[in-house]
Amino acid sequence: MNYEVVIGLETHVELSTESKIFCSCGGHSSPKEPNDCVCPACSGMPGMLPVMNKRVIELAVTAGLMLNCEISRYTTFDKKNYYYPDLPCAYQITQLNHPICTNGVVTLKTSQGNRDVRIKQIHMEEDAGKLVHEGKFSYVDFNRTSVPLIEIVTQPDFRSAEEVVTYLNKLKSMFRSGGISECEEGAMRCDVNISVREEGSDKFGVRTEIKNMSSFEAIEKAIKYETQRHIDALEYGTEELVQETRRFDDVSGKTFAMRNKETEADYRYFPDANIMPIVIDDEWLEQIKSAKPVEIDEKVQYYRDEGISETEIEMLVSNHKLSKLLDDVVAMGCNAKETATWILTDCAGVLRKDGKTLDELNVSDTQLAAIIKMVAAGDINRNAGKKILIAVVEKGVDPVAYCKEMGLDRKVDASAVEGIIDNVIAGNPQAVEDFKNGKVKAKQALFGACMKELKGAGDVNLIRELLDSKLNNL
Amino acid sequence: MKYYATKINEKGNIAVDDTILVKDLPCTAGSRILEGFKSLFSAEAVTRLEDKGYTISGKTHVGEFGLDLCGEFSHYSEKEETIKGAAAELVKNGEIKAALGVDMNGAPRRAAALSKVCFLKPTYGTVSRYGVVSTAASGEQLGVYANGVETIKEIMEVIAGHDDKDGTSLKDAAYDYKCDAEVRGKKVCVVKELLEKADENTKSAVLDYAKKLETQGVIVEEISLDFFDNANTTWQILYTAETCNNVSRYDGVKFGFRAEEYRNIDELYVNSRTQGFNFLTKAVILYGSDVLSKNRYEDCYGKALKVRRVIAEKMAELYNTYDAVLTPACSKTEFKEYSINDAFTKVFSEGVFTSVANLTGTPALVSGGVQLMGNHFSETTLLSLAYAVERMGE
Ligand SMILES: [Zn+2]
Repeated sequence: MNYEVVIGLETHVELSTESKIFCSCGGHSSPKEPNDCVCPACSGMPGMLPVMNKRVIELAVTAGLMLNCEISRYTTFDKKNYYYPDLPCAYQITQLNHPICTNGVVTLKTSQGNRDVRIKQIHMEEDAGKLVHEGKFSYVDFNRTSVPLIEIVTQPDFRSAEEVVTYLNKLKSMFRSGGISECEEGAMRCDVNISVREEGSDKFGVRTEIKNMSSFEAIEKAIKYETQRHIDALEYGTEELVQETRRFDDVSGKTFAMRNKETEADYRYFPDANIMPIVIDDEWLEQIKSAKPVEIDEKVQYYRDEGISETEIEMLVSNHKLSKLLDDVVAMGCNAKETATWILTDCAGVLRKDGKTLDELNVSDTQLAAIIKMVAAGDINRNAGKKILIAVVEKGVDPVAYCKEMGLDRKVDASAVEGIIDNVIAGNPQAVEDFKNGKVKAKQALFGACMKELKGAGDVNLIRELLDSKLNNL
Repeated sequence: MKYYATKINEKGNIAVDDTILVKDLPCTAGSRILEGFKSLFSAEAVTRLEDKGYTISGKTHVGEFGLDLCGEFSHYSEKEETIKGAAAELVKNGEIKAALGVDMNGAPRRAAALSKVCFLKPTYGTVSRYGVVSTAASGEQLGVYANGVETIKEIMEVIAGHDDKDGTSLKDAAYDYKCDAEVRGKKVCVVKELLEKADENTKSAVLDYAKKLETQGVIVEEISLDFFDNANTTWQILYTAETCNNVSRYDGVKFGFRAEEYRNIDELYVNSRTQGFNFLTKAVILYGSDVLSKNRYEDCYGKALKVRRVIAEKMAELYNTYDAVLTPACSKTEFKEYSINDAFTKVFSEGVFTSVANLTGTPALVSGGVQLMGNHFSETTLLSLAYAVERMGE
């Protein structure tokens, strides 16, 4: 018999905001130590009230627009009750009754052609903290409490693990390029609902849910394992399938049923009276729409038109920070293709030397634009530009000032250049002799000596011209 | 006999109920579960008063989380004799100018009525709840105790007005209140059904008050309204559910009281909360937990939310005809000691006078042992009516 797997997905994505969802704590994306980014509100102290971070709403709406959702003009928050030490208030603020986005659709390019996956809803919620177990003790770290998340719930429209992974990769590149989420390791977590039925049937089989997976590889493996488990049960009666929640064990590659206690809790959801219903009016929605980053496809086309290579385009669209840097530098009047090379080749090279990656790039748009402009204007040569870039990355210097200070400016007095060339010719009689005997390499050596004396400054063409004429006139 | 849970300044002129936070001071809300907890910040109302030169005398005793009639069941009253309605009594004795209290279910109004002082529960959203130990966010409001309504007006003008730190705070930056607006020609109703629930002393206090209003040119009419019992039940469902949820953060893990004996996290929770809460709080938690449970939600909590809207409409209709409603604030002029086992039902039966104002977020003023209720933002009317009677003397 032929079977068909039916999969629905709930994906939690951490939003890239400066502060948490209901308090002004920041820095939670890179805390230095436990409970570093914590205030009375996100640690559950009495007297504090949640204050809605508007940016969270805007990012959630932007995500909804990207996934072709209807945007709710009236949205509310609810409380979900359960006790766990990593949840300081013993309730989580989430959305049950009026989620921010509903009824979306996303089109996937798969080996079977284009597939539409319907989005049931997107809702906003706060994350919980973390427990650290050490010996007899457990420690609570609230750095993550109240970190803003969106949960994207699909309809059961996936028919293979491949489709699920394609969808997740699409979300990831969309959200990264749109500045919605960095989607770093662990910042995207999935619950997978899965059932198997006879091909062609319109009834659903027994559904199981595999909770809390964050690596795409694990998700793919878990789906494949769980699908086979269901098929074996249906085909060979290996076991009786029950509706339950399971977890995936990475080591054994198997899924296991979770204790009932964790899955059958009554969360006693009810509206949060501290957060007034939020109304998204036309004006605000238009604002969000106009601030929405251009769709990836449009962006790719633009980069292509500017002559940026396909490999570079891929690097740019998958990293919001880099594409934003490029766009900003271009907006300052630099050439796009040049800028892409500066960022993806030169900056990457400088960072690589220190064992770093582009994610750690700390060059501002104005710094980079200043260097590129000096080169483009012919004030300095490209090598000097690279020297300045190194200093910017390593010491955070001001590019223009540094250029002057180090004498890298190409506008060296022509007579000074001439003097240096004369000195080089006078100081290297052997090379001059070789040149006269027709050895091309000798001229290159003399040119190199001149450049060394000039410390990389000066107009290369001018130096070459002067050197040529002097040698030819000897 | 003790008024204060924490006293800090002999010369202070404002006392603050122990359900309101003052920076660096302990805050127990009358409960063992918050034993040892100190606040890192002050309530917005406290900060505004201090900024205007008022000084805090200390934190006055309250019943655990303000859930009882008027302060009779504090954890600390088990060890020493604390004063019931401590803030109201301090005001009455003239030891302080005014006090702040949190009105979630009428406790400060009852205390004021019994001590014959004033308490105003203002319109929901006019005074910031930042720094209030919250029980039922949708209906609690920070209010003022004082000997006369002029002082209430003075303090209200300092503490009322928008606060960014409270998402339910209304947008108006400040409010102007008056005590001496014209009352001649104002229409006040007395609700027959509420009057019948009060004892003879209370009944005659209300009728005397009505007569005094009439001598000031106020038109007083007795009417019949049948929805106060429903309003009371509705508020009981809502406030117990919200309280159950809001006190769930007191779990022995982070601050306050933790049981000495436990073998695992479940026992830490159960033992800390069993020993940390009193019988009344536990009753509220159980009731609130039940009305939110999956099987009961639609019939209880969900329905209560709908009834709340209906009652708000009915009250708004009433205020189209009348400027204020005159009622008892509680059924008696004195409450004898009683067992905490009876507290939940006792509080419910007294709630019939006070609940509707919490349920609908409308203002209520207790003065001269009776209660005046009005529409949203009708504080000036209520203060002026009370002021007219106040000026007449005994
Ligand atoms: Zn915080």
